[in-house]
Amino acid sequence: MFKTVRMTVNGKAVELAVDERESLTDTLRERLGLTSVKKGCEVGECGACTVLIDGVSKNSCIYLTVWADGHEIITVEGIRGKNGLLHPVQQAFVDEAAIQCGFCTPGLILTGVELVNSGKKYSRAELRERISGHLCRCTGYENILRALEKVVGSESD
Amino acid sequence: MGIKKSVKRVDAVQKATGSAKYVEDLIPVGALHAKMVRSTIANGIVKSIDTTEAYRMPGVELILTCFDVPNHLYPTSGHPLSLDPNHSDTKDKLILERRVRYYGDDIAVVVADTPLNARLAAEKVVVEYEVFEPLLTPEAAVNNPCSLHEIRPNNELSRLDFEISPGGDVRFYNAEFSTDPKIAGRDDLIGVHYSVPTMNACHIETNGCFAYMEGRKLIVCSCNQVPHTLRRNIADAIGIPVGNVRVIRPYIGGGFGNKQDTMYEPIVGLCSMKLGGRPVAITLTREETFVNTRVRHAFDMMIKSEADADGKMTKRGLRINSNGGAYAAHTHAVTAYAITNNFQNYLTSGVQIGESSTAYTNLPSAAALRGYGIPQLSFAMESEMDDIARENGWDPVDFRLKNIQTDGFVDPFDKFVVSSCGMHGCIQKGREVSDWDRKRKAYDEFNKSSDKIKKGIGMACFSYKTGVWPIQIENASCRIMMNEDGTATVQVGATEIGQGSDTVLTQMVSEITTIAEDRLTLVPFCDTDTSPYDSGAYASRQTYISGGAVKQTAELLRNKLLARAASVYDLPIESLTIADERILDKESGQTVCTFAELCTFMNFTNDHVTETEHIIAESTFTAQSICFSYGVSFIDIEVDVPLGKVKINKVYSVHDSGQILNPALAHGQLHGGIAMGIGYALGEQLLFDQKTGKPLNNNLLDYKIPTAMDMPEVETYFVETYEPTGPFGNKGLAEPPLIPQAPAIRNAVLHATGVGIRKLPMNPQNLVHAFIEAGLIEA
Amino acid sequence: MYDIKTTYNAKSVREALRLLSENEGAVIVCGGTDVMIRIRELKLRRATLISILDIPELCEIHLDTNEDLLIGPGCCFAAICGNDLIRAHVPMLADACNQVGSPQIRNIATIGGNICNGAVSADSVPALMVLDAMLELTGADGSRVVPIREFHTGPGKTVLKADSEILTCIRIPRAKYTDHGGCYLKFGMRNAMEIATLGCAVNAALTRDGTIRDFAIAFGVAAPTPLRCPEAEALMVGKKATPALIRELRKAVLLETRPRDSWRASKELRLQLIQELSERATVQAIENCGGEIHV
Ligand code: FES
Ligand code: FES
Repeated sequence: MFKTVRMTVNGKAVELAVDERESLTDTLRERLGLTSVKKGCEVGECGACTVLIDGVSKNSCIYLTVWADGHEIITVEGIRGKNGLLHPVQQAFVDEAAIQCGFCTPGLILTGVELVNSGKKYSRAELRERISGHLCRCTGYENILRALEKVVGSESD
Repeated sequence: MGIKKSVKRVDAVQKATGSAKYVEDLIPVGALHAKMVRSTIANGIVKSIDTTEAYRMPGVELILTCFDVPNHLYPTSGHPLSLDPNHSDTKDKLILERRVRYYGDDIAVVVADTPLNARLAAEKVVVEYEVFEPLLTPEAAVNNPCSLHEIRPNNELSRLDFEISPGGDVRFYNAEFSTDPKIAGRDDLIGVHYSVPTMNACHIETNGCFAYMEGRKLIVCSCNQVPHTLRRNIADAIGIPVGNVRVIRPYIGGGFGNKQDTMYEPIVGLCSMKLGGRPVAITLTREETFVNTRVRHAFDMMIKSEADADGKMTKRGLRINSNGGAYAAHTHAVTAYAITNNFQNYLTSGVQIGESSTAYTNLPSAAALRGYGIPQLSFAMESEMDDIARENGWDPVDFRLKNIQTDGFVDPFDKFVVSSCGMHGCIQKGREVSDWDRKRKAYDEFNKSSDKIKKGIGMACFSYKTGVWPIQIENASCRIMMNEDGTATVQVGATEIGQGSDTVLTQMVSEITTIAEDRLTLVPFCDTDTSPYDSGAYASRQTYISGGAVKQTAELLRNKLLARAASVYDLPIESLTIADERILDKESGQTVCTFAELCTFMNFTNDHVTETEHIIAESTFTAQSICFSYGVSFIDIEVDVPLGKVKINKVYSVHDSGQILNPALAHGQLHGGIAMGIGYALGEQLLFDQKTGKPLNNNLLDYKIPTAMDMPEVETYFVETYEPTGPFGNKGLAEPPLIPQAPAIRNAVLHATGVGIRKLPMNPQNLVHAFIEAGLIEA
Repeated sequence: MYDIKTTYNAKSVREALRLLSENEGAVIVCGGTDVMIRIRELKLRRATLISILDIPELCEIHLDTNEDLLIGPGCCFAAICGNDLIRAHVPMLADACNQVGSPQIRNIATIGGNICNGAVSADSVPALMVLDAMLELTGADGSRVVPIREFHTGPGKTVLKADSEILTCIRIPRAKYTDHGGCYLKFGMRNAMEIATLGCAVNAALTRDGTIRDFAIAFGVAAPTPLRCPEAEALMVGKKATPALIRELRKAVLLETRPRDSWRASKELRLQLIQELSERATVQAIENCGGEIHV
C-alpha cells in the first residue's frame, strides 16, 4: 500500500507517496536520487547507509520510510555550505586522505557532522567508539580519526 | 606538483559529497532485477526444476534454469588471455549449473520488476536433487571417486612440485597428493603443520552489475577490477563476439582482488538479451557476497626449515595443500605464488623442496585476495623462523638478518636479478623505532611476575612480487588529449579501486608535462569502447605497469608539444624545452608560447605548412620486468591469558615500495593493509557446517572484520629504494601491507606466553584452547 | 523493500492493544532493529507492524514516589546511556546498554525490544536481572507484573503474550540500587558491533565491616536463557570477599550454568569465560560499592 509521508530532506520539505514496504534507504536513493546513501549489508551492521534523522545518526536500511513521517533527514548531499563550500568534516576527510574507495565515506562524514553539532570535543578513544558503527575496509580508520580530530578532537589527546 | 608529493586524491571531493557514482547508483530507472536460485546442497546434481509456481508470482518476467543455458565452459579468472596453454585459465564454468558444486551454487535465475518480487518468486522454484556427500577439504576431495569436474576426475585441480639445486636451478616434477608430515617423503624433512582458514575480502560495496542492449551491443556495467578481461569472458560465456560487448566500470567501493573475476555479468547479459535488451540488474546481498564471489584459499601447510650453528639457513621444505573450492578461478596461480615465495625470502644453502596442490572442493571458489597466497605462506614461514630462533636462543631479528634476500639475488623461478632490495633497511628501521631490543628484555622480565597479563613483541618480514611477467603478459595503454586551453584529458584502462591509482597516474602526467593536476582530468570511468586496453588492477601493478604506460605516453605528448611548437614558430626543436605549461627557449628561458596558445592554434587552424593536428598522444607499454617489494612489521602486544585476548599496543610497519610517489596515499595503503592483516590474524574466518557445507557466518556481525575500536595505534614508515624497472623507481604497494601482520602477532604471542600458535585466527577460542593445552590455563 | 503487508503507528498503549487484537499475527515494533532483520530473512512474512515508537509515555525514565526507578521500554539504548538518573543510580545498566551493537543501532534499538525478543545474548538483561527488575505487561484487561527472572522461558521465548500484551514499564526497586555496586562485563570477539559470547552481571552490597550482605550474579549465553545463579549467590552472602571466596564462586557458577558448543564459541571457551568473568565482575562490583579484594 502507498502512504503519504511528509518529511524534511536536506532542508527541503517533501511530500511523497511511498510504498510502505520501503526502507528509508530505498526512498532516499530511488525516489529522491540521494545515492550517497550506500548499502553494504542492509541489516544495520556496516553503517554505510547512515543518515541523520533529527540530527541523530541512524541506519536507514532498517528504518521504514513511513516512520520518518514528520522528521528531518540529512544526507551528505545536504551538508555543503550555501556557497557550495565543503562542510568542515568533508574538507577534513579530503585533506587528511581519509577517503579511499569512498564507499563508507558518506556515512562516516554524517557521524562526523553529528559530532560537530554536539559542540563537544572528543579524545581519540572516544572517536574510535563514536565511529565503531561504520565498517571501513580500506583505511584502517587511521586517517578518518585524524580527519575527525582536526574538527572535533580534544587537545588533551 | 608532480610525483613524490602528497597531492590530494583526484576523486576525494566526489566521494565526500556523494557525487561519485558506483554501479548500483547507475541502474536505469525501470530496470528489472535478477535473483539467483541457489542450491541448498553442496554436492550433487539437479534432477529437475519446476518453475510453474514461480512464474505465477507477481512481477516475474523471466526464469532461466540450468537446463536453458549454453553448454559452453568458460574461464572466470580476471587474467589476461594467455596464449601459452600451460598458463591459460581453466574453463570449467557454465552460466548456470546442473552439477552442483557448493552450497549456494547458481542453478537458476528469476528476473522480476523489483528485487523483492524476484526474491519471493525465486523461493517458489522447486528443485529436485541427487545428493552426494560434501567434500569440504583437499584431504576429503582429492582421489575421492566422486568427481566434481570431468576435466579433473581426481579432484586435484593442479600441482606444482620442484626441487631447487644449491646453484639455483629448479627441477620440476610431479608428486602425489599427500598429508604426511614427511615432505616429499623424506626423513630429513619432517614438517610441522600450520593451517589458515577461508577469508573474505569484505569490500563494503557488495558485488553487482547490470546489462542492457543498444542495437547489437550488449552493455554491461560492473564494479569489476579488470574491465577488458571481463569483456572477453562475457563474450566467451554467452558466445558472442568481443566487439559486441561493452563494459563500463564506474567508481568501485573496494575490491582487494575479489572483483577481479567474472561473476554475474554473463547472467545479467544473457537475461537482457532474452528480454529484448531491457536492463537487468543484480546486486548481491552481503550474505551472497561472502560466499558467491571469491574467498581467500584456506591452506594446510607442512613446513620444515633448518639452520646451522652459525644461524645460516641450510634446508627448506614446504608442502601446501590448498582449498580451491568449487571452480578453478585462478587455478593454481595463488598457491604457486605461495609455494615459490618460501624459497625467495631467505637464502638457503642446501636442500630446497616445495610441493603444492590445489584441490577442487565443495566450498566457495577461492581466488585473488590482497596478497595472493603470501599471507597464508607468510604465517607458516615467519612463525617457523621464530621457532627456530627460540630453540637456538637467537634473537629473531639477528637470525633473519643473516639470511634475508639481498641485491643480486636471482629469483630461481622467474630468473630476474634483484637490484632494489630494501629488506635489510626495513628491518633495521623497525628494530629501532619499535625499541625492539629493550622491549624484548623488559617484557621477559615483566612476564616473570605477571600471570594473567603477558607482554610480547614480535616481528615478521616479507617479499612480494609486483607484476606477473613472465608468467603472464604485462602491458598497458594510455591516451592523453590536449584541450585548447592547455588542459588535458587522460584515459587509462587501469582501475581505481580505492588504492589511489587515478591520483598517482595523474601526478605522473603532471610530472612530465608540467600541467598541474587540477588542470588534468583522468577519466574516472573505464569504458572498453573508448578506454585504452589495460589488464586491470591486480598484482599491485597499476603504478608499476600502467604507470609505465602513462609515463611513456606523457613523454610522447611532451615531445609532440615541442615538435608542434618548433614547427609553428619555426625554431629548432633542440632549442626548446617545457616548464609551467609553456614552451621555452632553453638558453634564454624566454617563453615561446603557452600550451594553451599552441593548442588553440592547433585546434582552430587549418594550416598545411605546419601540419596542424589535435595533439593527442597514445601508446602501449610492454614490460619485461618484475620486482619485489619488501617490508616488515613489529608488533607490541599484551595477552590477557585467561580470556585468550590479544591487545595490540602498537604496530610499527616499515616498507620498501621503491620510490614513494604520493606519501599521504602510500601511508593510507599501509594503514588499510595493517587493519586487514589484523583481522586475518585475530578474528576472520568463514565457517561452514561440516556436514552440509552450508555457510554459517556469512554476515558482518558474525564475520569479524576490525572496527575502529579493534584497531591499535599504528606507526608507518617507508625505506625508499630505487627500482630501475619502475617508471619512477617505484614498486607495488597496495597488497603487501597485509602480509606480515599475522605472523608478527603470532610471534609476539610466542614471546609473551611461550606458546607457538599454528592455526589462524588467533581468536579467544583458539588461544584459550592452546593455553589450556600448554597448561597456562587450568582446565 | 521488506515483505510487509501493512504498518500502523499507534499513538497510545490502548490503540496499540486494539490494533494487536484486530490484526492476527501483527507484530509490535519499537526501534525495529530485530524485527526488520527477521523480515528480511523471511522469517516473518507479509508482516503487519504496529509501531509504538510514537507513544510518549513508553519513552520516559523517572523515579516513582517510592524511588523505584521506572524505565519506559521504548527508550533507545542511547537515551538510557545518557540519562542522569540511570547514570547516578544504575551505572551498570548504562554500561551494559552502551555495549549493544553500534552507536547508530543504540540510537534506534530499544531496551524493551532487547527484553521482549527473548535473545539469550541481550546485553541489558543480565544487568536487569541482578537489579531484580520487574516488568509490567499490559493487556486489554489491565497489567500484570513479572520479575525479569521469570520472563525468559527458552531461546527466543518469553512469558509475554505477543498477541495481546505489551511491555509497558521496567521497574528497578530502590532497595536494589541503593548502596549497591554493580558491574556488567560483556565478552565478545571484537570490541564493538558485537553479540555477546558471554555476558556477566554482578550486583552487590556490603555491610560496614565489608561483609557481603547482598549479592546477585547473572549470565547471558551461559544457558538456553539468561539466568541468575541462586546457589552461587547464597554462597557469597554473609561472607567477607576474599580471594578464597572468589575461587569458590568460580566453581559454584559452573554448577548452575549450562553453556553449549556452537560455531560461535566452544563450550570449553564459555566455561572458561564463565569463571573468569564471574571473578572479574565480582571484584569490580565490590570495588564499586566501596569494598576491595586482591585476587
Ligand atoms: S546498509 Fe545499513 S548498516 Fe549496512
Ligand atoms: S574507504 Fe573503502 S570502505 Fe572506507
